[in-house]
Amino acid sequence: MLAYTLKRLLAGIITVWFIATATFMAMHMVPGDPLMNDKAVSAEIRKNLEVKYGLDKPVVEQYFIFMGNMLQGDFGISFTQQNRRVNDIIRDHFPVSATLGLLAIFFAATGGVIWGALTAIYRNRLPDIIIMFLVILGISVPSFVFAALGQLMLVNINSLLGFSLIPVAGWGTFSHMLMPSMVLGLGTMALLTRLMRSSMLEIVNEDYIKTAKAKGLSPMRIFFKHQLRNAILPVITILGPSIAAITTGGFVVELVFAIPGLGRYFVQAVQQLDYTVIMGTTVFFGAFLVLMVILVDIIYGFVDPRVRLQ
Amino acid sequence: MSDSIAPSFTPDYTPASHGHSVEQLSRPSLSYWQDAWIRLKQNTRAIISLYIVVSLALFTLAGPLLWQVDPALQDLNQISQAPSFPKRALLADPYERWQPIILDDFPREPETYVDVDLMPAPTGVQPLGEPTTQQIRLRWEPVVGAGGYSIYRNQHAPEGINDLGLPLATTLGGNEISYEDRLNLEQRDYYYSIVPTDGFDEANIYTTIKVLPTIAITRDEATQRGLIDADTEIQIGDPLSLRFHPFGTDYLGRDMLARLMQGARVSLFIGICAPFLFVMFGILYGGFAGYFGGQLDALLMRFADFVVALPFLLFMILFKIAFGIGPGESGVLPMLIALVLLGWPGTARLVRGQVLQIRNNGYIDAARLLGAKDSYLIIRHILPNTMGVILVTLTFAVPGAIFTEAFLSFIGMGVAPPTPSWGSMCNEGVKTMLSHPHELIFPATFISITVLAFNLLGDGLTEALDSRMRSR
Repeated sequence: MLAYTLKRLLAGIITVWFIATATFMAMHMVPGDPLMNDKAVSAEIRKNLEVKYGLDKPVVEQYFIFMGNMLQGDFGISFTQQNRRVNDIIRDHFPVSATLGLLAIFFAATGGVIWGALTAIYRNRLPDIIIMFLVILGISVPSFVFAALGQLMLVNINSLLGFSLIPVAGWGTFSHMLMPSMVLGLGTMALLTRLMRSSMLEIVNEDYIKTAKAKGLSPMRIFFKHQLRNAILPVITILGPSIAAITTGGFVVELVFAIPGLGRYFVQAVQQLDYTVIMGTTVFFGAFLVLMVILVDIIYGFVDPRVRLQ
Repeated sequence: MSDSIAPSFTPDYTPASHGHSVEQLSRPSLSYWQDAWIRLKQNTRAIISLYIVVSLALFTLAGPLLWQVDPALQDLNQISQAPSFPKRALLADPYERWQPIILDDFPREPETYVDVDLMPAPTGVQPLGEPTTQQIRLRWEPVVGAGGYSIYRNQHAPEGINDLGLPLATTLGGNEISYEDRLNLEQRDYYYSIVPTDGFDEANIYTTIKVLPTIAITRDEATQRGLIDADTEIQIGDPLSLRFHPFGTDYLGRDMLARLMQGARVSLFIGICAPFLFVMFGILYGGFAGYFGGQLDALLMRFADFVVALPFLLFMILFKIAFGIGPGESGVLPMLIALVLLGWPGTARLVRGQVLQIRNNGYIDAARLLGAKDSYLIIRHILPNTMGVILVTLTFAVPGAIFTEAFLSFIGMGVAPPTPSWGSMCNEGVKTMLSHPHELIFPATFISITVLAFNLLGDGLTEALDSRMRSR
């Protein structure tokens, strides 16, 4: 297990290096540079600025300088935001995005398992039909529509109550996080529900369930101990890729709910070609995603002993 | 042997004679695709989805031919109109100054003081002339003792003295018994209430009249908005049909239906072309890796793993900017390239897995023994056997691409305005969601229906093409 973990971590580090290199290349493909935004800079001043920021050096040398700094955990200073180090931007805004995403994953996973199990129990009966209808809706409707509807719902609830029960937008307390993370997790929850349902239905026909029934185990014990535990496995495997998908939707939800996450800074940085911020946010985000996928795989090993044996 | 045993059988049956009906098939032979089509046709949901997909294609391709409205044409007189039936307008004279009615035989100031609470409600309130969206003129009978009248306008029937609506004006004499309203009139019911005053305070009584104006348009205005030509023979008072917007208009008065059609072109183009291209590339890449295997396979697949690990949306934005949008370009192509660059590894992995599996099958070895070349094996045996999986992947990739386009356009990193796409229309619509919900509802519904149709179709195809299901 330790060897496996180490191997995965090593592969992860190489992946992060690849992400950094790809970002660097894509970024330098964009015509212009971060200094283009400043108005009326004479050629001499521009030259001095380039020297100061190291932009006068060849791109390959810039790449090695950046990589060296990154290895020391320093992403540099933002080009467009005064006196703000990229590390500070990440420290201030990344936890917000990560909290939102992880809460959404939590909602999606618990919801998916519960609804999926319910649909399997009530197969082809009313609860199953209703939940599967909602699942299809959840898969087909883009998250920004859910976000807008969710916000509208909060506005109506608050105006009905006459006081602000759950804030409509912003960030800070847990009640702020509730609606955005649920909206963000909705699509993934729908996917996981479908997956859980089909995996539950597949397992019902397995021999070990028949054996358990034949042994005379109580239905509750069969359900929780044998059926549910085995049916969750495919759900866990898909959690890794889901985390990436959820960060995608996260940008949109952050926008609608005015959440100070990393997404807004990234979009802004790309528009202004803020090299250091682009590199910092992408590499950090990529590293986070890689780490989460590895984590999910390791957790999978604990849940499913068969994987550990291999 | 059989001759010696035969006599011991009881003659319950006769042995089948040779050369007759043994080799005959009981049912016609079906190819894989015929079989899949038959099973797809049994799946109602998949067939309905197929119809939806076909009608969406028709909507996109044939729609603009039937509905020839310029999606970029702005009509600032018809901003954010809700969906409606065709509207007609009357050609009206240009507005002329109007003299309010002031009675000579009625005192301007009341001669005898009447308590304001004892005043009767005005009678005989009626529109003067034809009420139009150009102007609504009202007149009423004077009230004895009144020193003026207050005029209110509401958009619903008032439910009491405190619900009269917008105070429009107060006339300053008991003999000023008319009022002209030109305040931003639309074609809808208006409730005008007249309240007498004693010159200072208003009475507690009012008379309400409901007025529904007709749409009036002057000749100049009609010419300006392109409804008639300058030399069209048309009389004052003639009806004139206004531009019809079955799906309403957006915040610049552009026709929603035409924009939805043009937006469909962008959204479906990206939604179908990008998956098609990256699935093609994935087939080549994965097929190559899977077929030749070994070190090359390991290397190629490691690279695919790297590409999968890239944060998708961040790189979509980065690539899109990197490829650049020139002035006047829509930005569809950069998005397409970015999607293809980031989308292929999934298909590549899948195809590689399939090829590895098929490569070890007995019939491949048999074909090779018979002297088949690599190219023959790939084209004749391996590709057709992976087609089912590929088709399903393609179908499921379409909703993903449509969503990606919508997400990017929604956060303002998608197609450049004025080119509409469903995503950018949602972005515009969400800002006025409360007051004009149709601007969000229509594009969002189109996205949802398209995604739904492709998802259900994908489900149906999976069931129809899955070889495990064939035996059931």
